[in-house]
Amino acid sequence: MSANSSTTNQNGKMVAPQGFNLFVYKTKKYLGQLDPYLTLMGIGLWLFAYWVLCEGLQIWRFDKLPGPVAISKDWFAVDPFQGISIFTQEYYDHIIVSCRRILIAFGIATAFGVPLGLFMGWSRTIRDYIFPIIEVLRPIPILAWVPLSILLLPGFEGPVLFLATLASFFVTTLNAMLGVDSIDEEYFRAAGCLGSSRWDVFKNVVVPGALPFIFTGLQISIGVAWFSLVAAEMVSGDLGLGYLIVDAYMNNVTVPMVIAMITLGFIGYFSSALVRMLGNKLMAWHVKELSQQGR
Amino acid sequence: MTKEKNRNSGLGALSIKNVTKVYDPEGVNVMAVDNCSMEIAGSEVCMIVGPSGCGKTTLLNAIAGFHSVTEGSIHLDGELLCGPSKPLADQGADRMVVFQHGALFPWKTLQENVAYGPIVQKVLGSREAMDKAGTMLAEAGLGDFLTKYPGEVSSGMARRAEIVRALINDPKVLLLDEPYRAMDALTKQIMHESLLETYDRTGVTIFFITHDLEEAIFLGDKVHIVTTRPCQLKKTVEVKIPRPRSYETQSSEAFRKLLEEVSDAVHEEAVKAFQAGEREMA
Ligand SMILES: Nc1ncnc2c1ncn2[C@@H]1O[C@H](COP(=O)(O)OP(=O)(O)OP(=O)(O)O)[C@@H](O)[C@H]1O
Ligand SMILES: [Mg+2]
Repeated sequence: MSANSSTTNQNGKMVAPQGFNLFVYKTKKYLGQLDPYLTLMGIGLWLFAYWVLCEGLQIWRFDKLPGPVAISKDWFAVDPFQGISIFTQEYYDHIIVSCRRILIAFGIATAFGVPLGLFMGWSRTIRDYIFPIIEVLRPIPILAWVPLSILLLPGFEGPVLFLATLASFFVTTLNAMLGVDSIDEEYFRAAGCLGSSRWDVFKNVVVPGALPFIFTGLQISIGVAWFSLVAAEMVSGDLGLGYLIVDAYMNNVTVPMVIAMITLGFIGYFSSALVRMLGNKLMAWHVKELSQQGR
Repeated sequence: MTKEKNRNSGLGALSIKNVTKVYDPEGVNVMAVDNCSMEIAGSEVCMIVGPSGCGKTTLLNAIAGFHSVTEGSIHLDGELLCGPSKPLADQGADRMVVFQHGALFPWKTLQENVAYGPIVQKVLGSREAMDKAGTMLAEAGLGDFLTKYPGEVSSGMARRAEIVRALINDPKVLLLDEPYRAMDALTKQIMHESLLETYDRTGVTIFFITHDLEEAIFLGDKVHIVTTRPCQLKKTVEVKIPRPRSYETQSSEAFRKLLEEVSDAVHEEAVKAFQAGEREMA
């Protein structure tokens, strides 16, 4: 146990903490700062204002909304009054369906968008072919695609996946391309002078050089994927958190509606944190460079 | 690698003949280099000094094959790099560039950066290349930083690593573009010693652009002073101070005389450049 909680090895020499020790060290440092307490206070104030509006004073129109007390009562109840809580299977069914759809849509968009964007940045010819089309399709709001996708694809699943994929694809492609544009010309020259073939340049300069932009793009793109998924589920869906929101609204049960919204907030946050973590893992050089600059 | 390999072997002779380079963005011709000729012997340290924006980097880029020449030709050891029939030189590992702002790949460790050339040229397997890169970096005093990324080391170390990355390819010519620009005097001194040591070991031809006249005389066999834009050779000053040189040489009488000679010539051009600038503004 002692080996786990100290930064000193057997010889008594200081070593940089790693793994669990590093986590403990960072947590301690974090708790020693003012930030976490400010965050907690912010959350507290926000909840309090919400409670005052809906339940405390019951201001006009806010009295129609479920307040924090009503929501937490239902959310954590074994036998919820309005049907959805952490103890009901239905809640998880909706979550799982939405997450699975995101995984598929985001996966497809990334698998096609990243290479396409990279190739567009790398080769003038490919860019001339494809970029104008993308630039015209991209500004079309994703909801404008709904009728077309329903006409084009059968069932509930097809259109929903299509819309989420499309939205996320545009963001990813564009960012990957801009990532290549952002690479300093001198790296290409250096690579050329060191005797790289065109393919070597792609692997060793284009891909790693564009990576910071790609991951910024992926973080936005997973947010966009959630946004359009929920919109799609609300319009054409049988399951999923978006569907849960409209369904609850239609049936005049407001608590599950808000629970679904908050759940979306948390899942959205975690999915983008996951993407960021993966990015930091792949770009150790970038993280170290930024930390060197004190960021 | 055998030491003294091409020391004074005479390899790496650059012959620049009547090179002209005209840029024409937006239809306005900018003549950066005009009918410039220069002979650089193999294993020579050739320093280029001249006013800002006169076309020094343009000349270097033409040698390295980063852009074409409009007229004239450049030969390396008698072989045509670029000329009327072939305005753009092929980029190749026989001429290695150390860039004005540094261009180590930030996503590769120092060791991976250095090993990169031999790997892509398929001269060495990746294991051997990494080993060799490690050894050479250690020789340059960077043994403790093999696994660091360029963003994690000081600019002086990055610069030294970049020179090692160039030298691992056994180039005939090393092209340096103001490599020690933003460095403090102390770091610069260390960099100079390290470069001279490398030169003594390898005898690589050095084409070195600088604004620092003392640096030019301290390092060079010849100092070529070029005119304000368009760039032409104005004057060549031979530095006959024997090698190996140490920092004390900088206080010798011979050094001071040379410095005076060079600064007179440079000053003349700087004044011209300044006046030309004023005319353009007017
Ligand atoms: N790609 C380009 N297109 C048009 N003009 C250019 C281009 N590159 C350089 N020039 C112009 O050519 C001239 C010479 O530029 P160059 O970079 O070779 O100068 P330099 O001697 O290296 O200057 P410095 O000492 O500031 O580095 C400058 O006036 C510059 O504005
Ligand atoms: Mg320059």
